Amino acid sequence: MKKRKIALKDLRRFSALYIMLIPGIIYLLINNYMPMAGLVLAFKKVNYQIGIFQSPWTGLSNFKYLFSTKDAAQFFRNTILYNLAFILLGNLLGLIVAISLDSIKQKFFKKMSQTIILFPYLLSTVIVSYIVFAFLSGKNGFMNMTILPLFGIDPISWYNEPSHWPVILTITFLWMSFGYSSILYYSTLIGIDKSLYEAAVVDGAGVWAQIKFITIPAMKTTVITLVLMAVGRICYSDFGLFYQVPMNSGMLYSTTQTIDTYVYRGLLELNDIGRSTAAGFLQSVFGFICVVTANTVVRKLDEDSSLF
Amino acid sequence: MIHENKAFKLLTYFIMAFLVCSCVIPFVILISSSFSSEASLANFGYGLFPKEFSLKAYEYIGGVKSDILHAYLMSFIYTAVGTIINVILSLLFAYPLSVKDLPGRKIISFFLFFTMLFNGGFVPTYLIYSKIFHINDSPAAMIVPYLLMNPFFVIMIRTYMTTNIPTEVLEAGRIDGAGEGKLLYKVVLPMSKPIIGTVALMTAIAYWNNWTNGIYFLTIRRDLYGIQNYLNQVLSNVQFLATHSAGFVSVDSIPNVSIRMALAVIAVLPVLIAYPFFQKTFVAGITVGSVKG
Repeated sequence: MKKRKIALKDLRRFSALYIMLIPGIIYLLINNYMPMAGLVLAFKKVNYQIGIFQSPWTGLSNFKYLFSTKDAAQFFRNTILYNLAFILLGNLLGLIVAISLDSIKQKFFKKMSQTIILFPYLLSTVIVSYIVFAFLSGKNGFMNMTILPLFGIDPISWYNEPSHWPVILTITFLWMSFGYSSILYYSTLIGIDKSLYEAAVVDGAGVWAQIKFITIPAMKTTVITLVLMAVGRICYSDFGLFYQVPMNSGMLYSTTQTIDTYVYRGLLELNDIGRSTAAGFLQSVFGFICVVTANTVVRKLDEDSSLF
Repeated sequence: MIHENKAFKLLTYFIMAFLVCSCVIPFVILISSSFSSEASLANFGYGLFPKEFSLKAYEYIGGVKSDILHAYLMSFIYTAVGTIINVILSLLFAYPLSVKDLPGRKIISFFLFFTMLFNGGFVPTYLIYSKIFHINDSPAAMIVPYLLMNPFFVIMIRTYMTTNIPTEVLEAGRIDGAGEGKLLYKVVLPMSKPIIGTVALMTAIAYWNNWTNGIYFLTIRRDLYGIQNYLNQVLSNVQFLATHSAGFVSVDSIPNVSIRMALAVIAVLPVLIAYPFFQKTFVAGITVGSVKG
């Protein structure tokens, strides 16, 4: 009798908790699970009149259509190569900045640097594109009017010449994100036991020896974790960086088109929904494989850092 | 901390000074051109100092252009509403997940977590929101898609609750006859303030900076644009004119260079002013959220 009473009380408690979960569950169903089901659209010929889910099946024709042009190879290549460059340079810069920050003893300079380097990370891509435009604008940009004349170089029409953009976009990415990765690494760095360095100095270790034998080993797990997490997202790109920063300039597609911009342009600018769904499908599936693989590797190395 | 020699010390100062400058100079250029006269910008381009000081751009924005202020106001509304709903939804989801004896807790956690691993991508999301729920060209388009509840934040809050709120406190409340809703409001909420602050801040920044929902879903109702989309439209028009000399966009509708830069300054201003106050919370958000929620 008593046991049943407790069970009843628990039941009331649990139902209150389940009710709390309902709004979130509904949102996840709409925002996340319905689109997952929507991936089947890659195998359909979408017709808005019939209704998107009622549209007829077409087998693999969307994929054949996607790979019938050389666009697909181009934007897959761009996505992967940019990500590799971002991962390599972004983490390297983050580490260098973290080590520099940690070594600086002058309090005001240290505080000020920590504050200022995070600032670009707070900006929207639209503002970033304004800043890039102020530098690269053909008529009165800072580069063409001030920097290039110093070296006697003729003005460059930046928004029409694709060959410059791998460098521009990489610099822009690093500028936007290095504060974030630096602060992350720095928070690991300050956790290193200071007596290790003191002992090393007593043993006659120089700066590089200290970095090599103390700092780097202590940072290893954080570095590996962050790199692998980024590898898990190698099929994705920052839409704003590749769409808005190059000003959606058609002349630059060969070096600025990524999966995300291609999918967006296909769907909303060119009304080419078949290719978009096919490219999006491949992104989701490869993205899933990459995340799971990366996470499995992280878990092998350091269970606490893995996502699941 | 590395024990350094002179050369290394110099190097670290040099690296940091260089990077700090690289972060500051673009803002200086932005601000200085917003205070420059149009003629000096045309002759000398963007520079570090205004060649001819002028307040015309700001007078223009403060005067006739009410749609700029309107866009600004819309951004504030989207940010406030989105952040409040996000925090409420996340709290309501995180608290039950922190109750250890709740049947089905693992399944619900996985239901949440799986969305971080796998997603349908842009096309299905867009089609579902626009063709099934018809949120195009409504204020909901700026608030609901993608941003309303971030699974990552829910996990952060849940972890905070399980590690910082002792079960004894909750048990005592239950014995006193408090329902779960009351417990959440009276006990859990006050005790979770730091993490709620962090999540609210990160969400507010995401909403303030969001412009993708605007270009995805607001194709007709330009009056619903927030400041970011407004800026985006201005810049796109400029570029369009530059590439198509005889364009469809009339020259009058495009603010000149100094006004554009003043617009950008105004859009950054709230973040710039608030940043020193929330810097600590922000850094906490980065480091807590980074490795594991």
